[in-house]
Amino acid sequence: MVASDVQTVTININGREIQAPSGQLLIDAAKQSGIEVPAFCYYEGMALQAACRMCLVKIEKMPKLQAACTIPVAEGMIVHTEVPEVIEARKSMLEFLLSNHPLDCPVCDKGGECELQDMTFRYGLGESRFTEIKIHTPEKQWSPVVYFDSPRCILCYRCVRVCGEGMGVHALGVVNRGVVSEIAPNLNDHLNCDECGACIDICPVGALTSGPYRYKTRPWEMNHVGTVCTHCSNGCKTTLGVKNDEIIRGNNRDRSGLNDEFLCVKGRYGWDFHRHPERLTSPLVRKDGKLVEVPWSEALKTVANRFSEIAARGGTIGVAGSNHTTNEENFFLQKFARQGLKTPHIDHHRTGDVVALLDALSGSTGSLGTAEDFLNSKAILVVGADLSQQQPFLANQIRTNVRHRQAHVYVVTPGPVREDQTAKASVRYTDAGTLDRAVAGLHDALKAEPELLIVFGDAIRGEQVKRLVEFGASFGTAVKYVCLVDHANSRGASDMGLYPHLGPGYSSVDKGMALPEMLGDATLDALWVVGSNPLKKAALASSTAFVVVQDLFLTETAQRADVVFPAAHAYEKSGTITNVCGQVQRLKPGVRTMGAKPDLEIMGLLAKEMGLKLGIWTHDALFEEIRRTVRGYNVPLPLIQTGGAASTEPVNGRIALDGRPELVVSSGDTLYTSGTLGRYSKMLNSLIESPGALYKA
Amino acid sequence: MLLNKRHPEEVLVLTKRIHEPGYDGSIDAYLKHGGYKQYLKAVEMTPEQVIDEVKVSNLRGRGGAGFPTGMKWGFVPRQSEKPKYIVVNADESEPGTCKDRVLMENDPHLLIEGCLIAARTIGAQLGYIYIRGEYRFLVEITERAIDEAYKAGWLGENIQGTGQTFHLRAHTGAGAYECGEESALLESLEGKRGVPRIRPPFPAVSGLYQSPTILNNVETFAAVPSILEMGGKAWAALGIEKAGGTKLTCLTGHLNNPGVFELPLGYPVEKMINTVGGGIPKGRKLKAFIPGGSSCPVLTGDEAWPLTMDYDSMAKAGSMLGSGGVVVMDETTDMVKAALRIMHFYAHESCGWCIPCREGTTWLKKILHRLDEGHATAKDIDLVGDLAKNMLGRTFCPLGDAAALPTISIVHKFRHEFEAKIAHTAAPPTAEQLVALN
Amino acid sequence: MTFSPTLEERFSKLLDSYPEGKTRSAVIPMLLYAQDEIGSVTPELVQEVARRCRVTPLQVEEVVGYYSMLHRKPMGRIHLQVCTNISCMLVGAMELYGHASRKLGIGHKQVTADGQFSLEEVECMGACSWAPAIQTNYDFHYNVTPEKLDQLLDSLKKIQ
Ligand SMILES: Cc1cc2nc3c(=O)[nH]c(=O)nc-3n(C[C@H](O)[C@H](O)[C@H](O)COP(=O)(O)O)c2cc1C
Ligand code: SF4
Ligand code: FES
Repeated sequence: MVASDVQTVTININGREIQAPSGQLLIDAAKQSGIEVPAFCYYEGMALQAACRMCLVKIEKMPKLQAACTIPVAEGMIVHTEVPEVIEARKSMLEFLLSNHPLDCPVCDKGGECELQDMTFRYGLGESRFTEIKIHTPEKQWSPVVYFDSPRCILCYRCVRVCGEGMGVHALGVVNRGVVSEIAPNLNDHLNCDECGACIDICPVGALTSGPYRYKTRPWEMNHVGTVCTHCSNGCKTTLGVKNDEIIRGNNRDRSGLNDEFLCVKGRYGWDFHRHPERLTSPLVRKDGKLVEVPWSEALKTVANRFSEIAARGGTIGVAGSNHTTNEENFFLQKFARQGLKTPHIDHHRTGDVVALLDALSGSTGSLGTAEDFLNSKAILVVGADLSQQQPFLANQIRTNVRHRQAHVYVVTPGPVREDQTAKASVRYTDAGTLDRAVAGLHDALKAEPELLIVFGDAIRGEQVKRLVEFGASFGTAVKYVCLVDHANSRGASDMGLYPHLGPGYSSVDKGMALPEMLGDATLDALWVVGSNPLKKAALASSTAFVVVQDLFLTETAQRADVVFPAAHAYEKSGTITNVCGQVQRLKPGVRTMGAKPDLEIMGLLAKEMGLKLGIWTHDALFEEIRRTVRGYNVPLPLIQTGGAASTEPVNGRIALDGRPELVVSSGDTLYTSGTLGRYSKMLNSLIESPGALYKA
Repeated sequence: MLLNKRHPEEVLVLTKRIHEPGYDGSIDAYLKHGGYKQYLKAVEMTPEQVIDEVKVSNLRGRGGAGFPTGMKWGFVPRQSEKPKYIVVNADESEPGTCKDRVLMENDPHLLIEGCLIAARTIGAQLGYIYIRGEYRFLVEITERAIDEAYKAGWLGENIQGTGQTFHLRAHTGAGAYECGEESALLESLEGKRGVPRIRPPFPAVSGLYQSPTILNNVETFAAVPSILEMGGKAWAALGIEKAGGTKLTCLTGHLNNPGVFELPLGYPVEKMINTVGGGIPKGRKLKAFIPGGSSCPVLTGDEAWPLTMDYDSMAKAGSMLGSGGVVVMDETTDMVKAALRIMHFYAHESCGWCIPCREGTTWLKKILHRLDEGHATAKDIDLVGDLAKNMLGRTFCPLGDAAALPTISIVHKFRHEFEAKIAHTAAPPTAEQLVALN
Repeated sequence: MTFSPTLEERFSKLLDSYPEGKTRSAVIPMLLYAQDEIGSVTPELVQEVARRCRVTPLQVEEVVGYYSMLHRKPMGRIHLQVCTNISCMLVGAMELYGHASRKLGIGHKQVTADGQFSLEEVECMGACSWAPAIQTNYDFHYNVTPEKLDQLLDSLKKIQ
């Protein structure tokens, strides 16, 4: 609840004078002054329920006990939260609550981190006077992710609210009446939803449990590793629950990152590629036509020799970088290519025209939007992007913004999107022409907004970006921009100079071939692919090219390779990545896979094998170098080291464009797909929603 | 038509027409007997004047809570960019209560005129009569009357050339006592589960569709025309101080002449039972007495006899006037069964929103069931009183209190009957017995 | 789904009984009136009502189980509802219910084999001054005795 007026009132809780903004809820005022009022149904930021009655407190001059979760503080209010009458009331609520609650804590997933357990321990009465038969209903599976055990449910309605208000999905409701009331899914006996698992996370008891996690462990047997989700570009912090090199769960209950508690299905459950049976665990070298497992030393030597030989005779080597590898790895890769292999031919799959935006904004400062701007901006214009499908966290930021700050959202998309629900205006377009007109049609409404955040997908690229920025500038108001990109480190790949014409920090370099040209060059001598799969959609013209691939799986590209190095994924790595808004965060390795190595180590060993002098290749040393040499990356180390997200301020000046807007293409992943990683996630593939409908598809 | 013979002791104000020979409740009959005249009078008055008359009349809500109606109407903001609504609570589901139906069946236009005056007063253009689903016949009667009123120009646009617009609709419920609670009723009227709302804000400020709304009981609206006709002062004088007018009283239970009678507020219980109600059959003694629906604390015969039927008198005796549903229980009544049946009702009707009511009512029902079957111990008697007290004043809406109050009073006042039932089994129930009871 | 012309008329009247954009208000009446015609609230009906009232099927499901007059399974051609709440109980409703149960050979919320009758022990039906009271479908019967009940059931059996 947002206090309308910020004048403060003085109230008295348990004999202590307390200042609180008038209109603030008593339960929050108490909490802020260190006085805990127990509650189940109250959840900050969501609709009030006053259903669990755990927060009853005594307020002088009021006949009955009052629910602290719904009563606003008022000047002179005298409150008691620990008097016998209140303590007695709490005891009785817990007794009522436990009357039909099964006492299966020892086998319950939630045991050890259950709010009902804790409350009973702190406030409950020892024995139960309930001798009747408890109401029992069998457990239900609503989806591969969501299981529901009704008897354990205390009907706090948190799940209903997080799914409706929070996610905008409205897949959960309440059916029946009285003591047999229960939570129900939207398709009678199963769920059709985002499968984000927020309902499971927010459940205070073990009523909602998750398929991947259930009966796997006790909470205290896990290590908890705070790292960054490796799927989309939003950069949600996720805390992995790991136990002997297995990932058992991912969540962000500790609210440690920019995403507060939010995670989408990929962040929460899309990590099972880690233990996929087809995961590569040994280097492969092609011998008489077949890829066979060899020791690392042999694979490294094979590649080193060929690379040295080709480089020595000035042959053409193409290098394709990754949207998933770390900044340090991308930086080192382009250094390796340009200085070590002396080749200008380096590129990566461009999923958004970041370059065009930075160039168009040249000269204007503070025009790049951050994740926080999605949460706070008074107005947001979304152009050509299905945020709820492709940028789940950013979409969530907008929903929260609308809920608490009534932001005005304008949507310009080819098809219906979830943002329509709360949009002030939704306009559809069919092609570039109608797109321009659709945007122009919003001119007056947008001009009237005090501030504006403009977000655009790959529908806007090249010249269109310039026009969009001119359009925004014409309002004379504060306008910020975000160019959407697809993957966990797409932005980093761009910033680190994985372009044929741009080096780190968008510095100009001798122009090389773009990816399509490399693949199309029949005389190409070698192709080095790190963490990407260009041959999935394109063919390699050169039949003689020596192909080296670093990846987790035997992708289409890897199958064509002469040498394949088994790579580690983000949850096995250190280093930094940069999210869609240019915010840098640090990865923390949570698990290891025997035989696989982080890409940085693979490249480092190659350099060593080739006798190249490319400097120290530890990620710390490289990040230092990046901070020193890459414009905009001189971010405060402590912030990064403590798991924070540091905003970069990239170049502010003209950038040489290579005039290839057509190379900017989103891979069209949905909420339930994630390129190669998604293809090797049993969980994501098992969802009925998978692969999920994207308006473009 | 369901209408018991008028009793000489009755003071006919709201029911005066319906006892006229041959009166059929049609619009012609209503107009012939001076119907809709009070609306025309209201048109000549300012809204403040109307509200003042209602205040002066000491009319208190007839739905059970007894809130001063004039004051409630006064809470509706004069200016509002939102539309305002009139909502009639015709859910009549408080056990022992069957009075609203008498008015609606026999004189539907009286209710319509009451709504019309209220609409005029607060400037509402749309109103709904929420009728409990079981009363399908009343939905039909009301819809017929509404059609008549539209045809005759007492509803619709520019009513009788006054320039006022007011539309009225009948809306059927589908079986839920809780939908009689005003905020749950509004949720139900919006097509949702009948779960009460957090208040404040109250309906007068934010009611139907989050707009200012006057929500009253049928009898309350029906009283308004007579108040304007007689003047608030004279109307108040019908009753006693602080409780004006008459009250439709439903005499039910062990009586020779049960029925719905219009009696002035402050009418003596003794006369009500013995004269109007024709006394208790077979000259039996009065064991227990419920003044106004099963939600009231139960009084013993000795407590009840000296009382009068009004808010203060009942409050002083530790009960309440409630909805007018009088339940008379003679000496043969099994109070354990009575307690069980009452709790069975609340457990069935609890909406399930809040913990104490949802779990408490069912738990209590089960214990009372065991007590009645003789599978309980002395500790269970205390447990009943204890759990009821633990619900009291702590639930989200008054239904929890409604379940707790009669229970507490019965256990307290008739404990010996509970003890008599456990006397022969001191042992706690066996699992088999529990299963059998569940 | 298709309904009788009279019901369709009801529906269209219902739908414009509520302000612009408030068609959700029609959900509960629509379910009840439809049940009167087709016998119960079927999954198809839930979908249909959701479509007509422009709400999600879940929003309809939420109310179906809440309101005690809405049934997911068909009741008998004659649904006999006996009130046993306090006022009725005091004047013999329990015995009356027991009598009905024995006579029809069915219990609470059960249906006779021939589908003619179903029985339900219900809460106060607002006829307390004319107790014991019962309802056959929507028709009230007052001051009912076992004998009166027998006659009533027999007469209802005849008209077929
Ligand atoms: C559980 C519960 C059930 C109620 N049932 C009814 C009812 O059936 N009819 C009614 O008029 N009021 C009922 N009320 C009272 C209403 O909440 C509300 O006070 C009343 O309709 C206001 O109108 P009035 O001021 O004219 O009485 C009920 C209240 C509660 C708490
Ligand atoms: S929003 Fe993106 S980054 Fe965050 S959890 Fe979901 S997939 Fe991962
Ligand atoms: S108690 Fe039976 S109708 Fe009211």
